[in-house]
Amino acid sequence: MEHPALPINVTVNGKARAAEVEPRLLLVHFLRENLGLTGTHVGCDTSQCGACTVHVDGLAVKSCTMLAVQADGADVTTIEGMAEGTALHPVQEAFQEQHGLQCGYCTPGMVMTAAHLLETNPEPDDDAIKHALEGNLCRCTGYINIVKAIRWAADQMRGQHASS
Amino acid sequence: MHPASFGYHAPRSLVEAFGLLREHGEDAKVLAGGHSLLPAMKLRLTQPEVLVDLRHVSGLSGIRVDGDTLVIGALTTHTEVSTAEAVRRSLPGLADTASVIGDLQVRNRGTMGGSVAHADPAADLPVTLTALDASFVLTSSEGERTVAADEFFVDFFTTALEPHEILTAIRIPLPPSPARTSYAKLPHPASGYVVVSAAAALSVDDAGACTAARVVLGGVAGTPHRATAAEAALTGQELTPEVMTAAAAQAADGIDPHADSYADEDYKRHMAVVYARRAIEAAAARA
Amino acid sequence: MSTEQSNPDSLIGASVRRVEDPPLLTGKGCYVDDVKLPGILHVAIHRSTHPHARILSVDTAEAAAMPGVECVLTGDDIGDLVLRTPMVAPGMNMPDHPILARGAVHAVGAPIAAVVAESAAAAQDAAASIQVTYDSLPVVTDAEAALEDGSPLAHEELDTNFCYSMKREGGDVDKAFAEADHICRLHMKSPRVVAMSMEARGVLAQPDPARNELTVWLSTQGPHRARADLANSLGFPENRIRVIAPDVGGGFGSKGCVYREDVLVCHLAQKLGRPVKWMATRNEDFLTTCQGRDQAMTSELALSKDGKMLGLKVRVVANLGAYLHSATAGPPQRMLVMAPGCYQLQDVRVEIVGAFTNTVPTGPYRGAGRPESVLNIERLADKAARDLGMDPLELRRKNYIQPDQFPYRTGVGVEYDSGDYEKSLSEALRLSDYDQMIRDRDEARQRGELVGVGISTFTEPSGGAGFESGAVRVERTGQITVLTGSSSHGQGHETVWAQVAADKLKVPMENVVVRHGDTTAVQQGTGTFGSRSAVMGGGALATAADRVIAKAKAIAGNLMEASPDDVVQTEGGFAVAGVPERNVNWRQVAGAAYAKGTPAGMDPGLNETAFFDPNREAWGFGAHVALVRIDPDTGELTIEKLVLVDDIGVVLNPMIVEAQVHGGLAQGLGEALCEHMVFDENGQPRTGTLMDYAVPRASTMPPVVVGETETPNPFNPLGVKGVGEAGTNGAPPAVANAVMDALSPLGIDHVDMPYTAPKLWRAIREAGKG
Repeated sequence: MEHPALPINVTVNGKARAAEVEPRLLLVHFLRENLGLTGTHVGCDTSQCGACTVHVDGLAVKSCTMLAVQADGADVTTIEGMAEGTALHPVQEAFQEQHGLQCGYCTPGMVMTAAHLLETNPEPDDDAIKHALEGNLCRCTGYINIVKAIRWAADQMRGQHASS
Repeated sequence: MHPASFGYHAPRSLVEAFGLLREHGEDAKVLAGGHSLLPAMKLRLTQPEVLVDLRHVSGLSGIRVDGDTLVIGALTTHTEVSTAEAVRRSLPGLADTASVIGDLQVRNRGTMGGSVAHADPAADLPVTLTALDASFVLTSSEGERTVAADEFFVDFFTTALEPHEILTAIRIPLPPSPARTSYAKLPHPASGYVVVSAAAALSVDDAGACTAARVVLGGVAGTPHRATAAEAALTGQELTPEVMTAAAAQAADGIDPHADSYADEDYKRHMAVVYARRAIEAAAARA
Repeated sequence: MSTEQSNPDSLIGASVRRVEDPPLLTGKGCYVDDVKLPGILHVAIHRSTHPHARILSVDTAEAAAMPGVECVLTGDDIGDLVLRTPMVAPGMNMPDHPILARGAVHAVGAPIAAVVAESAAAAQDAAASIQVTYDSLPVVTDAEAALEDGSPLAHEELDTNFCYSMKREGGDVDKAFAEADHICRLHMKSPRVVAMSMEARGVLAQPDPARNELTVWLSTQGPHRARADLANSLGFPENRIRVIAPDVGGGFGSKGCVYREDVLVCHLAQKLGRPVKWMATRNEDFLTTCQGRDQAMTSELALSKDGKMLGLKVRVVANLGAYLHSATAGPPQRMLVMAPGCYQLQDVRVEIVGAFTNTVPTGPYRGAGRPESVLNIERLADKAARDLGMDPLELRRKNYIQPDQFPYRTGVGVEYDSGDYEKSLSEALRLSDYDQMIRDRDEARQRGELVGVGISTFTEPSGGAGFESGAVRVERTGQITVLTGSSSHGQGHETVWAQVAADKLKVPMENVVVRHGDTTAVQQGTGTFGSRSAVMGGGALATAADRVIAKAKAIAGNLMEASPDDVVQTEGGFAVAGVPERNVNWRQVAGAAYAKGTPAGMDPGLNETAFFDPNREAWGFGAHVALVRIDPDTGELTIEKLVLVDDIGVVLNPMIVEAQVHGGLAQGLGEALCEHMVFDENGQPRTGTLMDYAVPRASTMPPVVVGETETPNPFNPLGVKGVGEAGTNGAPPAVANAVMDALSPLGIDHVDMPYTAPKLWRAIREAGKG
């Protein structure tokens, strides 16, 4: 049976968005279908793969396991909101520099999780990085260069803080 | 996968929420963080007609000390529990438990109340909360009642919660310092859920004797399993390696675990002993 | 662009950062599901819950009446539409492969009815409402059991579960075995595993009825082959179909063929005159995408008492699953050419048999028969050494094909191009500090710990299966466009082909653009699989570049009034030899090429295409070493050290090559440690979601050392061999041998992968009982 659409207001990548959505619409589909932000990917049905990771009110979450209506009033950042103009976020830059991506499908989720990790723990060791990536699967890289990239990004970000 | 269609309400108060639950009865499900419910709905394993989302109900989140009890709001996330200083200090076993649930993203959204109410036999928190002798505050339009963990978990995915009730808080007695609580988990390599886990809460007097012990196993039954033989073997004893090993050896007494595609019954039975020992030793080592 | 390279003059061998990355890093990639077209209809499929059953009825009435539903079709509605696959062996049994089931289903997940609706959610709602009644039939899931007399039939329509067999024999096998001092026997099974590319399969088809054309966005490893296969199944002209492989989120072999849903979606788009899309859910991907391995291998190795390998017999029984895709019968055939491994074996008999079962079809998955073949001979070599009381290194060294024997023709009639197995082995031993590791193991063993060291040394073919194309077009302004049939799905072709072209043409990489993955833009092609791209795509590109350079020299000579023989390449163009001030750049040469500036008798233009086929595979090789520890109390396996040395000839981009080794390794370790697609005795999949099927996570990965040696391929214009499958082929046998070494004090002879903790615990416990 159909249920009436509900109004939501969400700030996505700094931009206020208003929409009417079906209650069952998942946040990932709201981002991809309603807003055309297709950088957030769907890789599974069971909240395992992390390809759909975005930030909601500053926390990394799986947008496939959240209803769009639950994001009403929230501040959402997707992979499209990470770079500032043409300047890549240090984590994005690190993934290119350390070859932390191949097919690129898991990459947006990896970047979002890594960025969240570095906000809460600016100096993670390899074990902390691997623990933080428990909810992100990659099938191409063997994670080796992803871990390297996150370490590299952490160094860069600390360097930036030190010099600023 | 898209969940089947449903109606959605986000009441502003518990009173309003109770009204919705009364109106929709068994057709309604309470939504907290959604990390147990939404995956099941996406696979269409469950198809509620109505979701009652508690996100706008104030007072259901946060951690506070109430005398000798730690009170955790039902909507407190696993991340909040695992990082809260009060929990880390007083109930390290609970912090450890919350920090190994699911993954980072899941812990950021998943809530303690949601996990407890879902009562998945492969979940972490029910095991530890039973070991900690926690009780659950169940609130309805008629008032509230408090149910101890030992009575709350009834069967696979079944609790003492009535359809018109909402789990609003978890109350955990604060143990004397040092808090000898721990959690040891064998995670499933795919899901990260419990294959077998064990939680231990020990009290030790000044002479070094164990005055009280609760040892609880996860993954071996429909509900958290009190390893009473192990508990008895620890109580009144000095916690030497021999005593702890001998106690753990009795942890699997009386369990009848189910085989799955990963582990058979024998393995789970043996892991019950191994993880009980690890949990007991870790708890004893807290200082 | 940052580079790290030993020879600053050469882009070949430089770790150039990837040009593919910026869009993928910023959410601007475009995978099939990201393509937005107006009026798209979505497909959801109702699938069989039975592994083998007659279909008694399909009730679609409720589905058809649901909101947003455009139409619902069953097998009877779409008639004789079938997936057409080639016959690869004479007399091969080929069951029907209807696009939607007709009359019966033979595996859980077989498509029964398709719903087309205005949204994916509406389509899924309707598909869930379809009611099917079944009459269950007996089920078989194990290939060896399927070939036994009296086995249930996977297909009632066939009177056998036998699909095909092939044999290859060289030398005098019976004589070798008669003369042997010892025969080492081993029976093993490679676990069935799932490709699990992060992007599940998907297809979007847009019809153009007025022009009678069809455009298809397909998550595929080979758009040209897919186009031909679609044309054959649809009965629609190949030259009116355009297949676009946009960004593809991994494939690992599983996206090399066309699937039923691909044909179905094209058919629906043409029937309805609107764009139609289907994206697999993860569960559907588990149930319908070709899975890997699942071969049972029974082998005998004849040896002299001093460890000389005299003869080899191998019989493979391959589980093909319920239906044949175009490459389902392919992987087992690898044993026919790979059985002898690195060893001088002339008396060899290999027989492979493919059997049908009521399971998901198998097909190529990273390695595609190579990992099974390497596992077989390397486990045999280890067990033979143990049987004879020899050091496994010594036994291997005694039997290696020696460097001066290449090209070497093995007993199965295959010629290896080059190799130096001792070289890669010594490098692996050096990097692993092997002697110390053995001492440490022995000490640990004295303490009763379960610690083991294992090696595998292997050779692996790459670059086979037909031709590859490459074109180099110098545009009017001197910019370079490369067109390659070797379309990438994550490997980094855009970067590496630009490196090769820029290096050959002596232009900056930024002046080169690589186009791939579109049958309209690119000449014919084959695609990316089987570690073939560097060898085949690289070979084609290098050949095309050489042709363009030759023609450009002639044009440059014409412009400079010099003989082409006196023209030399310079940075960015050409000059007269010894007279550097007489020079022209690519822009001038290209300008002339398109404006009557070619020498008399030469066609205008500067655009060369090469179709490359060396008619032989390139044999890379390597040595992998593993140190493992097993907790006897839990069965938990820890890989404490892993050293991988691969020799793939000339390395084009070390950064990308190393990452290919990493990725192959992770998938190999998945197979060795945790991945296993399980069907219960009733044919129900037990591991059909990521909740049950364990792929490696970041924390699964052990410490890894990657080394290399370089033995150029004499039969390739770039000197290269393939690398994509090296880690998958070499690492699992090294781990397996290490695990068996660790368990050897318990008298355990063999345990099949994956080495999950419960499985090892049980093996240890049962050994204790014995």
